[in-house]
Amino acid sequence: MQRLIFCVVIRIDQLIFDIMIKPQPLSLVVQNLSYKVDEKLLLDNINVTVNSAGVSVVLGENGAGKSLFVRLLHGLLQSEEEAIKWNGQMLDLATRKRQALVFQKPVLLRRSVSANIEFVLKRSLFRKILFRSQSTDFIQQRDVALHEADLFDQRNQPARLLSGGEQQRLALARALATKPEVLILDEPTASLDASTTFQIETRLEQARDKGIKIFLVTHNVLQARRLADDVMFMHGGRLIEHSASSDFFNHPSSEQAKSYLEGR
Amino acid sequence: MQDFSTAFSLAFSLIFNADADLIEIIGLSLSVSFSALFFAVLVGFPLGTVTAVVRFPGRQVLAVILNALMGLPPVVVGLLVYLSISRAGPLGWLNLLYSPTAMIIAQSILITPIISALTRQIIEDLHKEYDEQLRSFCMPVLCVIIALIWDARYSLLTVVLAGFGRAIAEVGAVIVVGGNIDHLTRVMTTAIALETSKGDLTLALALGIILLVLALSINAAAYILRSNSYRSAYI
Repeated sequence: MQRLIFCVVIRIDQLIFDIMIKPQPLSLVVQNLSYKVDEKLLLDNINVTVNSAGVSVVLGENGAGKSLFVRLLHGLLQSEEEAIKWNGQMLDLATRKRQALVFQKPVLLRRSVSANIEFVLKRSLFRKILFRSQSTDFIQQRDVALHEADLFDQRNQPARLLSGGEQQRLALARALATKPEVLILDEPTASLDASTTFQIETRLEQARDKGIKIFLVTHNVLQARRLADDVMFMHGGRLIEHSASSDFFNHPSSEQAKSYLEGR
Repeated sequence: MQDFSTAFSLAFSLIFNADADLIEIIGLSLSVSFSALFFAVLVGFPLGTVTAVVRFPGRQVLAVILNALMGLPPVVVGLLVYLSISRAGPLGWLNLLYSPTAMIIAQSILITPIISALTRQIIEDLHKEYDEQLRSFCMPVLCVIIALIWDARYSLLTVVLAGFGRAIAEVGAVIVVGGNIDHLTRVMTTAIALETSKGDLTLALALGIILLVLALSINAAAYILRSNSYRSAYI
């Protein structure tokens, strides 16, 4: 009886979530986005529109402003009013809840691997109370996330004792467990070996195939070639180019992009 | 030297024979200190965490005040509580003076700033590490606070120990508000002070030994708990 009540409440919770936060097709419009710290201009008048699904790669050298740009897109940093609009709306809490962010250095909680996944499944106070019962839904969601990240066997290990690659896989699994429509990744494979990078990229391709829009920050040209549907090339805090992947890599229109692709 | 050895042997015999007075004093000491610790943690953990996590006007001032209050002189706290609960004081109608409750109030006031200030420092460090990730999860601030306290629980154990250490070893405040009345408000520290001043070292030594053993036991228990924290995935 108790389980039945919990199942019903979970469904109602999901229904409320669907009604209140359910998406329209994604569109991102950035207009005149600049960002200053102590009068130093770090991002300079960025204008870009993204309507497509797939993987948008934010490419550029170190210090180009890529990480800052995606933090602003996700709302971790405050931009000027109305500079960033998702589906024509200002960046509000409902929009942010539809996104997930994975950092270059994974921030894992001081808990077991499975507890890290459980944490995001119970991220609202309501769900925290609800999921105390260890409902079937909850266990299933958690275990699916662990299996997909190939971390089920390590589920009881302390998350911080995993290898670097496993930690990043866990961070990605945790982000995906929130069922985001937009996944933002800030150089997730920067310090990983080729094999782990391949695993992460495979997971990203699977996520893209499920319809999740991905913004991937990288300075790795080969990775950008493998994954990008469109490329935003940044240099010195400015967005120099935004074009389809094939156009960017075959016919870069700016000198900075040409130099970057040639490794100069 | 002879006197000291006699006093030590008598002290040990008091302990091993479970002397009734000794047990009564130890029982009251522990109950007063643990009660004070309970109330201090109840206030100190949330206060320290909120000060560490939530941005509000006067936050830095509050942090400085909490740090400053860590060094509160016990006799001053005792005096302030005395003035409040004495017959002529604003809380005189409660008839709390020279009661264990008064001692609990005084000790709580003494150790709450310690618990709050140390909690703030620990939670602030952890929050710096978690901040961007938790904000990206769009978690309500209450969930953030609960998560931080839970993940810092073994570090906070040290805070609790510091608070307990201060409470159990405290003499100035409890003697002012408790009065060191036999069979009513006499605790280990006040009994040691009294017996030493009378030149009767036996009970004082026995109580001193018990205090040391208690401190060692509690620290050992905390150490074991921390060592076992690996099993709880706390790294």
